Amino acid sequence: MAIKAEHINYVYGKGTAFEQHALKDVNLEIEAGEFVGLIGHTGSGKSTLIQHLNGLLRATDGKLYYNGRNIYEEGYDMRALRSHVGLVFQYPEHQLFEIDVFTDVCFGPKNQGLNKEEAAKRAKEALTMVGLDESYYKRSPFELSGGQKRRVAIAGVLAMNPDVLILDEPTAGLDPKGRDEILDQIKRLHEERNMTIILVSHSMEDVARYVDRILVMNHGEKVFDDTPKEVFQHYKELEAMGLAAPEITYVVQTLKSHGVPIDTSITTIEEARDEIIRLLGK
Amino acid sequence: MLKDITLGQYYPVDSILHKLDPRTKLFGTMVFIISLFIANDIWAYVIATVFLASAIKLSNVPLKFMVRGLKAIVFLLLISVSFNLFLTPGTAVVSLGFLKITKEGMIVAGFMGIRLIYLVVGSSIMTLTTTPNQLTDGLEKSLDFLNRFHVPVHEVSMMMSIALRFIPILVEETDKIMKAQMARGADFETGNLIQKAKNMIPLLVPLFISAFRRATDLAMAMEARCYRGGEGRTKMKPLKYGNQDRVTYLVYVLYLAAIIGLRILRVQIF
Repeated sequence: MAIKAEHINYVYGKGTAFEQHALKDVNLEIEAGEFVGLIGHTGSGKSTLIQHLNGLLRATDGKLYYNGRNIYEEGYDMRALRSHVGLVFQYPEHQLFEIDVFTDVCFGPKNQGLNKEEAAKRAKEALTMVGLDESYYKRSPFELSGGQKRRVAIAGVLAMNPDVLILDEPTAGLDPKGRDEILDQIKRLHEERNMTIILVSHSMEDVARYVDRILVMNHGEKVFDDTPKEVFQHYKELEAMGLAAPEITYVVQTLKSHGVPIDTSITTIEEARDEIIRLLGK
Repeated sequence: MLKDITLGQYYPVDSILHKLDPRTKLFGTMVFIISLFIANDIWAYVIATVFLASAIKLSNVPLKFMVRGLKAIVFLLLISVSFNLFLTPGTAVVSLGFLKITKEGMIVAGFMGIRLIYLVVGSSIMTLTTTPNQLTDGLEKSLDFLNRFHVPVHEVSMMMSIALRFIPILVEETDKIMKAQMARGADFETGNLIQKAKNMIPLLVPLFISAFRRATDLAMAMEARCYRGGEGRTKMKPLKYGNQDRVTYLVYVLYLAAIIGLRILRVQIF
């Protein structure tokens, strides 16, 4: 497995008046090549959890393994871990700082110790992956649109060639078109490069459409860990946590309660369409 | 990381001191500081100790938070105590070559040490029990009279509270950008001084940009709500003295009278 967390606990501001138990006994395993969604209400511990996965935060208690090695071991190379586990923060465009797009994307590979040519090659690949062509390379990152800036920032992490890519709400604040483009590109990375992806999101529709497995966090605890179909069956519990299932789940559940023999494990509009056509065709 | 720093020092618990008007606390701190410089007698220090101890007790803030402020002045404390200890002329008690410790020196050094410690602890009680916003509010109201001399008191205090308000936001932002750059392999810890300074660029550029962005947004938001300075502006929560404030002021008067009285009665001890 790629990542394994055992009994992770994390307390913010230990010993002060502001002490906060942000993660409580979290256990999880993520296999290489999985596409996992991480959902939870604001303050549920999602962001805290993902910062553990590349060693930016150190668990107050518990063990974390990457490819079988405990990262809290004496002498473990955290910087090496960070080039294997790429983390794209929320609003990553706020981290851009270089004079042009290309130099900014080169920052990561250069920190990995690559020489100029190799770094340039990686940057080129990464920018192509996020759909930015050469006309952008010499432009200042600050004069781009919000969606373009975000793609530059994502390319900045992709250029490090990580095996695991974690994205914290990569679509927040983007218009529907920008959102679909970014998510489709992530999907392609998963399919073509077999990258392990962890997608933190608020949007149940996005999660239902792209991921193979969902982790649900609530008040610092992992409450569900299953396929989207299974997790969204618990839509009432999700609502109690301030979350919701995709709209289509409500449609099928309502149809079911009116006596239509529909399959309630449907999570996307396309599946619902096919199912309804099948039922009508009978 | 950075989140562990307590800023503005405010310690959020419920206590009598937390509920006092900020002006009362400001004035009380001033009274206490003045009293420390008037006091020149062991009994005056006993009274000051009782005053301070009851304030600590009433504040419901754990003592270790008060003492934390002392760390910053350990060096100053050591220097001033040892200078007084060795350089005060008088009857020698111990002689070490050209250095001699005198009886007078010991007394002066002792009082000096206590004075400094009390100063720090006394003022940290105020900052621990008053939010920065209350504090600037209190200052604004107390310095109201300066308006007559065309000092823009409101504007200055508005700038102060905005600056204070932005400290935690910028700390959080710094923490976030630092982590984001660390995720991209940045290194903020190793290297020589020049290298370290260079490594700060990926942190400082985004931080400045974000500070300017926030400043523009805030200015826009204030203007959208018709902010146009202090003239004719009323407060949602105007500062008002209550009974507990009156009682506190009475305590101040009694306290200061006792300290001054002791000084007049026993003019010289050392």
